[in-house]
Amino acid sequence: MKIWDQEYECMSRDELAQLQLERLQATLNRVYKNVAFYRKKFDQIGFEPEDLVELNDLRNLPFTCSRDLSDAYPYDLFAVPLREVVRVHSSSGATKPVVVGYTRQDLKHWSELVARVLTAGGVTADDVVQVSLNYGLLTGGLGLHYGAELIGASVLPTSVGRTERQVKIMQDYRTTALVATPSYALVIADRMESMKVDAKTLTLKFAMLAGEPWSEEMREEIEARLYVKATDNYGLSEIMGPGVAGECLYQVGMHLNEDHFIFEVVDPKTGNNLEPGEVGELIITTITKEAFPLIRFRTGDLCSMQYEACQCGRSLARMSRVLGRTDQVIIIKGMNIIPSRVGDLLEEVLGSRPPYQLVVDREGHLDSLTVQVEVSEDLFFDKMREQRSLVERMGEKVAGGIGVTPRITLVEPGSIKYEDESSFKVVDNRKLSR
Amino acid sequence: MLTLKSVHTYYGNIHALRGVSLHVNQGEIVTLIGANGAGKTTALKTISGITPASRGSITFEGRDVTRAAAEEIVRAGISHVPEGRKVFSTLSLKDNLEMGGFIRGDKKEVQADMDRFKEKFPILADRWNQMAGTLSGGEQQVLAITRALMAKPRLLILDEPSMGLSPLLVKKTFKIIKELREEGTTILLIEQNARAALHIADRGYVLETGKIVLQGKCRMLLEHEEVKRAYLGKGYREVWED
Repeated sequence: MKIWDQEYECMSRDELAQLQLERLQATLNRVYKNVAFYRKKFDQIGFEPEDLVELNDLRNLPFTCSRDLSDAYPYDLFAVPLREVVRVHSSSGATKPVVVGYTRQDLKHWSELVARVLTAGGVTADDVVQVSLNYGLLTGGLGLHYGAELIGASVLPTSVGRTERQVKIMQDYRTTALVATPSYALVIADRMESMKVDAKTLTLKFAMLAGEPWSEEMREEIEARLYVKATDNYGLSEIMGPGVAGECLYQVGMHLNEDHFIFEVVDPKTGNNLEPGEVGELIITTITKEAFPLIRFRTGDLCSMQYEACQCGRSLARMSRVLGRTDQVIIIKGMNIIPSRVGDLLEEVLGSRPPYQLVVDREGHLDSLTVQVEVSEDLFFDKMREQRSLVERMGEKVAGGIGVTPRITLVEPGSIKYEDESSFKVVDNRKLSR
Repeated sequence: MLTLKSVHTYYGNIHALRGVSLHVNQGEIVTLIGANGAGKTTALKTISGITPASRGSITFEGRDVTRAAAEEIVRAGISHVPEGRKVFSTLSLKDNLEMGGFIRGDKKEVQADMDRFKEKFPILADRWNQMAGTLSGGEQQVLAITRALMAKPRLLILDEPSMGLSPLLVKKTFKIIKELREEGTTILLIEQNARAALHIADRGYVLETGKIVLQGKCRMLLEHEEVKRAYLGKGYREVWED
């Protein structure tokens, strides 16, 4: 089994700890000097970067939350002048989009890390890689793209959608590796069936899947229907995009790129660090990023970590599948949707915040979002046309704000049941198990 | 091979190193770059026990040498060629080299090494019995490095070996450093000529007011905007790039 960067991926734990300490100290020195947000945060608790003597001292530092990232919109958390930033990506955030910059060096590291993940998933220079992820401001498409090119594979930047064409390309261009979200891999499988394409006759060998929660059952189904070895990988645009962690072909959890990031798992309620194997919120500190370094970023993703050596020879620790979200964020079609954001958007249309509920369904392998909005009695019995235009306006507003087009349904007052503020917003009907 | 963890050093009243962590692997050339007063020389002196660390730890080949005396550190296998060469100017070249081998027990071996260096560096052989003070700057540098090598170090520390030398001699000095590495000596180097240092070394650390703000492979540092802007003036190019 190939390893992209033997030197770092197989480094002894002692050497790794020293490297992490050196890189962390340099990062803290840099953010303290260059990012007003961190200088203020550190000053508040009387911390100077030189106070960090060992890695565990990192645990004394405050978290960075996605709210902080929104508040910094667009460039306030950048640690280098904009002229040194050569790429900008962004994704939806708590209130405003999260804007992430990359220096030339950041992009090099990014490609390297994605190359590790793809290599771990089986890709070599001999492969034809079809990248069926969104290209654009989101990090998925371009992130995977450059990593696959760095390996020297032949890259097909098909992006997502137009599934029939995807299948045709897969057949004609002899794709050997598919990069997609797990649900889209199944959409492709469905389409193959309806097109009467026998997956056995394809050249497909590997599928590297990420971008949304999935399960072992889904893996089995994808592997059986597409005749591939399917591996999970993990990334998030706040941190970098894909390339943060990826499974090897032993499929026993995702190897964390610990030479570029420091990972912790904490109790999401208390913020206390948990033991290996315990499930909690994943916290990430970047230690090589230049343009957009983050200290103890709360990912909101629930998982566990383990340190036992893997048969593949990598010494990097592994994370479990993402088992859920701490903040009720729901992921649909690879987009993070924060329920309260939907409330904000509805409020903009209606003038006040209505009781509302998000319902997520999976029909076949396609996820859909319905927003149920309670409306007052007079509006409910108003003219159909006005109602329709209101629904349209809300639909457009929400779609523009969260990046997924919802179905809006109006419901009678009192029909949304909830116990308290936090329990009414999401009904997720998708069945996901571990 | 050598590991510093969160080292603090005071130089008089000046807090010269503020939590410096770095490492040097066997067989590597590692360089520290930074402006004057950033703490480069202090870092070297701290490693070789001349200005000991007040906090943090230094290990060499698995052994804690944080509080070891300078002489013990030489015995442990680290030799330091200080800035400005500092040869014993009133002693002959031969005596200078003998001083360098002082800690070694086997005098026959010391003699053999001296003969070897004499052959390797003809400029030394020609003036074997002259006083070191009569040598030119470049020759003194060769002598200083050779003297350090007489202690058979596994780690050689070089402080500004090109300082005050003509471009031609700078080239020669760097050629010697390269050869030493090829012979298996591990080297920690600081250099005002950052471009030259980054070309010869494998990895580098950038120091700023006693703190490391950047580290990585030299390939990366050479292309780094910040490094280019702050440390790689144009003037050095013709000296080193050929």
